[in-house]
Amino acid sequence: MQFMASKQPENSLLGPESDSQRTLYPYVTGTSVVALKYKDGILMAADMGGSYGSTLRYKSVERMKPIGKHSLLGASGEISDFQEILHYLDELILYDNMWDDGNSLGPKEVHNYLTRVMYNRRNKFNPLWNSLVLGGVKNGQKYLGTVSMIGVNFEDNHVATGFGNHLARPILRQEWHENLSFEDGVRLLEKCMRVLLYRDRSAINKLQIAKITEEGSTISQPYSLKTYWEFSAFANPAQGAVGS
Amino acid sequence: MSSIGTGYDLSVTTFSPDGRVFQIEYAAKAVDNSGTVIGIKCKDGIVMGVEKLIASKMMLPGSNRRIHSVHRHSGMAVAGLAADGRQIVARAKSEATNYQSVYGEPIPVKELAERVASYVHLCTLYWWLRPFGCGIILGGYDRDGPQLYMVEPSGISNRYFGAAIGKGKQAAKTEIEKLKLSEMTCREGVIAVAKIIYKVHDEAKDKAFELEMSWVCDESKQQHQKVPDDLFEEAKAAARTALEEMDAD
Repeated sequence: MQFMASKQPENSLLGPESDSQRTLYPYVTGTSVVALKYKDGILMAADMGGSYGSTLRYKSVERMKPIGKHSLLGASGEISDFQEILHYLDELILYDNMWDDGNSLGPKEVHNYLTRVMYNRRNKFNPLWNSLVLGGVKNGQKYLGTVSMIGVNFEDNHVATGFGNHLARPILRQEWHENLSFEDGVRLLEKCMRVLLYRDRSAINKLQIAKITEEGSTISQPYSLKTYWEFSAFANPAQGAVGS
Repeated sequence: MSSIGTGYDLSVTTFSPDGRVFQIEYAAKAVDNSGTVIGIKCKDGIVMGVEKLIASKMMLPGSNRRIHSVHRHSGMAVAGLAADGRQIVARAKSEATNYQSVYGEPIPVKELAERVASYVHLCTLYWWLRPFGCGIILGGYDRDGPQLYMVEPSGISNRYFGAAIGKGKQAAKTEIEKLKLSEMTCREGVIAVAKIIYKVHDEAKDKAFELEMSWVCDESKQQHQKVPDDLFEEAKAAARTALEEMDAD
């Protein structure tokens, strides 16, 4: 006689009940996150939209959060999975604090932890449906990395998730350089976010820019970018098209 | 009040004819033989101090922590068998994180004290377990302000303004009663605690000791942490001078 507990995510012999614990497809999603290293640390930008399929359902979702003293986490993808990740990280940081030994987890350690979590969930066919950007500064060392929902992780001078990979990174590859000033960094990020706003249908014109330096992290108040819709190609997109 | 309970003291599940459980009383003796631990509730927070008796000159100062953080907002100082104390702290940490997970807010200090007391009491109910040989002073800061609790090996827990356990508890309690705690800030409390520990330390019986102090107050942003180094040094210096003045009389 077997005594079955109600939660059995691994045992596929159980049939339909075992799948009720898995993420099969995302419901409420966030779009791109873009981040870059600058002179004093990391700058990260993300809009505040939570889409429910093609509906722009939630317009005040904070997709970037500080983690401990030294890191900033930005996420795209399923918002509820992002909240779950924040819960895990909360406990991780709490246990780290309780040692009270003057040491604290830095961005590299948090990035590694997240990679392990994402990869192990993927191996159990129960992924956390997010693409994460983890940036921070510890002891003068800047760190910027990313992890995808299948556990692919790497670090670079500038990273982006989702559409940002296709639209923002080419701009960053051209225009990013070492020791950007804060103003130049923000200008560069805003350029990327503007392109995403024009071209990504799940982007909204309400964004936040977060910065993390040795001193700590700040997340700006939400604001919007100026847009110009009078480009002739936008004003008259079918001009010169066949059959118009 | 020590008496030998011959025959009735072999198991924690045996009462003596006069209604005592000797095993629990013996556990309390283990606490009475350890270094003094005190806690006080000041106007804006809690201060706890431990007289760590040093077993060997080769021990690194700052090792062998006797005060542990249980969550961001609370901490425990343990007197008695240190290994038993670690087990209780581990359980308290687990209770605190579980409460946070389920209810979404840091565990109220009262609730934490109740859970720790229940756990300590649990080990006095079965013959295959022995009681914990530790006394615990628990200090925390929640929505209802700063609170101080003490848990004894019997599982009794009470709320206090000032509490002391260990070797010098009688002397320490007398000193604490002299303080005007409701008017004291934690900064002043740290100095007072250091002075008391230095005072009750018995130079004749125990050679060296190390002072360990922690606080949770408005100044520490309601987080439990070691007293900051500069204030700690100030407190130690004040305590040493006070001791010298006393010896000079």
